[in-house]
Amino acid sequence: MNKGESMAKQHLISLEEDPRIDAAATRLEMTRREFLQFCAALAATLGLPQGADAAVAEAIATKKRPSVIWLHFQECTGCTESMLRAEHPTLEKLILDIISLDYHETLFAAAGHQVEAARHEAMKANKGKYILVIEGAIPTRDNGIYCKVGGKTAIELTKECAADAAAVIAIGSCASWGGMPSTDPNPTGASGVAQVLGKPVITIPGCPPNPYNFLSVVAQYLTFGTLPAVDNLGRPKFAYSRLIHENCERRPHFDAGRFAMDFGDEGHRKGYCLYKLGCKGPETYANCPTIQFGDVGAGTWPVACGHPCIGCTEQGIGFTKPIHAMAKMKNIEPSAFLPRIVEEKGVGATLGSAAVLAAVAGAAAGAGAMVARNLGLSHKAEEMERAKQNPQKDSAEA
Amino acid sequence: MSAHHPAVPVGGKLFNTATFVCAVLVMAMVAILLVRFLFGLGAVTNLNDGYPWGIWVVVDVIIGSAFACGGFSVAMLVYIFNKGRYHPLVRPALLASLFGYTLAGVGVLFDLGRWWNFWHIFSPAHANPNSVMFEVAVCISAYIVVMWIEFSPVFLEKWGFKVQKQKLEKVLFIFIALGTLLPMMHQSSLGTLIVVMGPQISPLWQTPVVPLLYLLSAITIGYGVVLFESCVAASAYRREIEVPLLEPMAKVMLGTLALYLVVRVGDLVMRGALGHAFVPSLEAFCFWLEMACFVLPFLLVGSTAARRNPAKLFLAGVAIMVAGVLLRINGFLIGYDTGLGVDHGWNYFPSIAEMMVTIGMFAIEVLGYIIITRRYPVLPRDAAPAAH
Repeated sequence: MNKGESMAKQHLISLEEDPRIDAAATRLEMTRREFLQFCAALAATLGLPQGADAAVAEAIATKKRPSVIWLHFQECTGCTESMLRAEHPTLEKLILDIISLDYHETLFAAAGHQVEAARHEAMKANKGKYILVIEGAIPTRDNGIYCKVGGKTAIELTKECAADAAAVIAIGSCASWGGMPSTDPNPTGASGVAQVLGKPVITIPGCPPNPYNFLSVVAQYLTFGTLPAVDNLGRPKFAYSRLIHENCERRPHFDAGRFAMDFGDEGHRKGYCLYKLGCKGPETYANCPTIQFGDVGAGTWPVACGHPCIGCTEQGIGFTKPIHAMAKMKNIEPSAFLPRIVEEKGVGATLGSAAVLAAVAGAAAGAGAMVARNLGLSHKAEEMERAKQNPQKDSAEA
Repeated sequence: MSAHHPAVPVGGKLFNTATFVCAVLVMAMVAILLVRFLFGLGAVTNLNDGYPWGIWVVVDVIIGSAFACGGFSVAMLVYIFNKGRYHPLVRPALLASLFGYTLAGVGVLFDLGRWWNFWHIFSPAHANPNSVMFEVAVCISAYIVVMWIEFSPVFLEKWGFKVQKQKLEKVLFIFIALGTLLPMMHQSSLGTLIVVMGPQISPLWQTPVVPLLYLLSAITIGYGVVLFESCVAASAYRREIEVPLLEPMAKVMLGTLALYLVVRVGDLVMRGALGHAFVPSLEAFCFWLEMACFVLPFLLVGSTAARRNPAKLFLAGVAIMVAGVLLRINGFLIGYDTGLGVDHGWNYFPSIAEMMVTIGMFAIEVLGYIIITRRYPVLPRDAAPAAH
């Protein structure tokens, strides 16, 4: 970051006529403008100061690509797939271009001993300088026999490759803490990289993680030779320091108490908050609402598409808490007694209730009339008796 | 308490058609209340945001406590205006009041959304002493306690605690004094509830003098209830009616009623609100119905001869009770518009379950009155023997 500030004098405009930038753009099958925009986006994702975008562009255009060794363990290859299948026109080319991917089981044409030899060669040639990326959880039960590559367990491979790496990046939730394979009862003892190595590593959780978060880490390393600041779980702060809830585009609905109550109901169709459908945004740290997902423009991340966040970047939430379960609010807990937006205005008299009221009124009136009649009759009788005893006429009415 | 006119239990069977019907109604109420306390107000009532108060508040509490003013009105006559001859009416009137108020106090609980917080009003840390609701709640609670103490000589007499009864009677005047002060405070405060609702209440019932109107009408209703209750008790128990007592008391009632009508009509005229009574609307119709019921006792028992006729005394009592009911229902429900004439469509009519609870509350009063008068010395000794 300090280096970024010292480079802040440089301006992207100054690279307009730079032949190195043109060369890099041609190499990446992009226009010059697209290339510069991409570099600016990476710098912005990292939260770097103005001017750093030019530094990133310069670094990508000119610096020697860092060697990357990419290991796969217990996973679905979704992290790799999301990088390669991204809709951004030349992203997959960029990945392969800004880094020297010396070992990647999915992408390698070669196989068997040939590949293993390539890995050993790259580790030897770039000793202390290569980046180790691990995708997938590492099974630890029964000495890790549940995942082997080239006769070595995942634990052995991790330790061997990490020994001389400049940086270790755990990509995806599986490598970060165990992810989906570690879900109860976790039969293979699936664990994260940091747990196996016994030291903190950079984690890029997510299922799959946003490719930009990974690329930004690599770009920072490439540009400044440093790694981004991370939180206590090894997650880069530029991407994981805010709750999804904090920057969610549906947040105003949450604050106003407008919630989708069912999939497809009126509130859901109107884009109301998904909290009551089990959205884990309020307890999940990730930058999905700000940089979005899938690279196809605005409104393309799970919550924007109408599905509650499942909390894939958060240990103990994703793959643990049921999708429909309500999130535990990390900031303000809303009252369970919050009123609905549109309250029913009440029902009028129904046939039954009007009949009951009429029956009660009728019974009371009838009983009253009977009591009055009886009292009147006995009064009349008394008066007549008195009149008999007393000849003087009593004018009292009956 | 009643040395000159010893009160005796009426006696007779406790299980008969009347008590059986009451017991069935009470059980139905208990079943509905069980649902209400388990699943909330919305499960049984038609209450909504526009009508947060339904008949459970307006009828069970506000009208229920007004009906229970018999004890207060008669006690005021006997102890403050020193008309000792009305003394035989005190105990039965007090009994009706006791039930009315105790049930009104309990009835408030049914309508509390978060009823488990009911004690907050008695806790200085939670209560808001500037609230009219606080005044009503504390005053009614205090009055319920005072009334049980006022009525306790009946039980002490029955159970043979002679010494305790004598000791209590020495200090009873304090409770009797409190027993006339407290209802004056909260019956007027019940009217103040209308005042705080501001323009939501129709000008026919929204007035700065509404506390006075509620107090005067409560006192008048108190006499009306005594007329009603004496006639019904005499009719049901085949007893002689205390016409020599009821006749002058009806005259007192007409006096307070006249005062009420002067204030009521004078206020409407002075505020210029009388015009609302000549608009073709439900409010205007209910207003005239209410006024007709308030005037009816003058036509029924205006003359001394008419006041000697128990049937007319009974009808006058009923008329004044109906008038009191209408005054309160009109003020709190009919003349109430939560939308202030702008937000239309708010609607309330009590659900069957709500009505069953209110009926059950009145059934408890009737049942309790029957049981206590049959077993405890409440009604004055009657020359004629109890029929059954």
